Amino acid sequence: MDMGEAIILAGSAIGAGLAMIAGIGPGIGEGYAVGKACEAIARQPEASGAVTRTMFVGCAVAESTGIYGLIIALLLIFLKPFT
Amino acid sequence: MSSMAMMMLPKVLTGPEELSVEGPAVICSFNVFGLTINFTETVVLEWIVMAIILGVSIFLTRNLKVKAVSKRQVIAEMAVEAITNLVRDTMGKRWLWFTPYIATVFCFSIFGSLISLLGVRAVTSDFSVPLTWAAITFILITWTKIRYGGVRGYLKGFADPIPVMLPINILSEVATPTAMALRHFGNIAGGSIIMGLVYYGLASASRMLHMHGAWLTVGIPAVLSLYFDLFSDFMQAFIFIMLTMVFISNAGPAEDEAA
Repeated sequence: MDMGEAIILAGSAIGAGLAMIAGIGPGIGEGYAVGKACEAIARQPEASGAVTRTMFVGCAVAESTGIYGLIIALLLIFLKPFT
Repeated sequence: MSSMAMMMLPKVLTGPEELSVEGPAVICSFNVFGLTINFTETVVLEWIVMAIILGVSIFLTRNLKVKAVSKRQVIAEMAVEAITNLVRDTMGKRWLWFTPYIATVFCFSIFGSLISLLGVRAVTSDFSVPLTWAAITFILITWTKIRYGGVRGYLKGFADPIPVMLPINILSEVATPTAMALRHFGNIAGGSIIMGLVYYGLASASRMLHMHGAWLTVGIPAVLSLYFDLFSDFMQAFIFIMLTMVFISNAGPAEDEAA
């Protein structure tokens, strides 16, 4: 392995790690959403079905940014597009 | 602790020696009008999944009776009722004819993901599969918008509320199916990669502890597998159909306006 390739590999690994910082946002957001859903269910237990469904869809949408980060990280680690 | 003893053990017991993440294997490829069409592992597995779903459906719906129903029929009725109620609650009564499509996608997604429990690639960890479903959803959204608003109304919707929003509206139109497909693919593929890492790590750890065979991989990964294989698969199938239903029913007018 020559020097250039090694630098690219190191850069890819660091980049993959940095890409996963994207996990913070969905983590906070989903936690907040689930907390609010718990409050809503506690206040109105008869609406738990609708609240849970809406929460899951919202969580799924909030998760997209994290998934984008994950996909970039996977690309950098396993496909190595720059080597 | 001779290396001979290690070599005597079959591959399954020694665990993975190296970690490799690859796309689905290409069985053969055709050349149609200059386009290379790959016949991959995924296609074979998809047909197996379809055969399983067909078999289960035929098994569950044999000998349907009105009175003195069998256990099989009770299970089938429960499944159909659950999905019908879900569609009615999410999309409203006038979209009830949509139930078969939603049920099909749900079954295909969940069986396609769960087939990874048999030790093969999950069908849904190939990006083309969720992308196809998302493309169908996109076509249905567009069709619904044209059906209720006409072609003029559909095109006018892009300049809503002011014409400056045109690029953003087009972007959000394209982002909807892309995000749906990426979400499903990312969750399933990411989960299988994490499980692969866990198996690889535990196999290496048991080699370091001089065990004959990868005994650390027995039982321990099952806890994670419960989340990454069972819960995540079910959740992604559910979320995919939920988003499909929400987007399609939002493309039409609200329930009371439609009359």
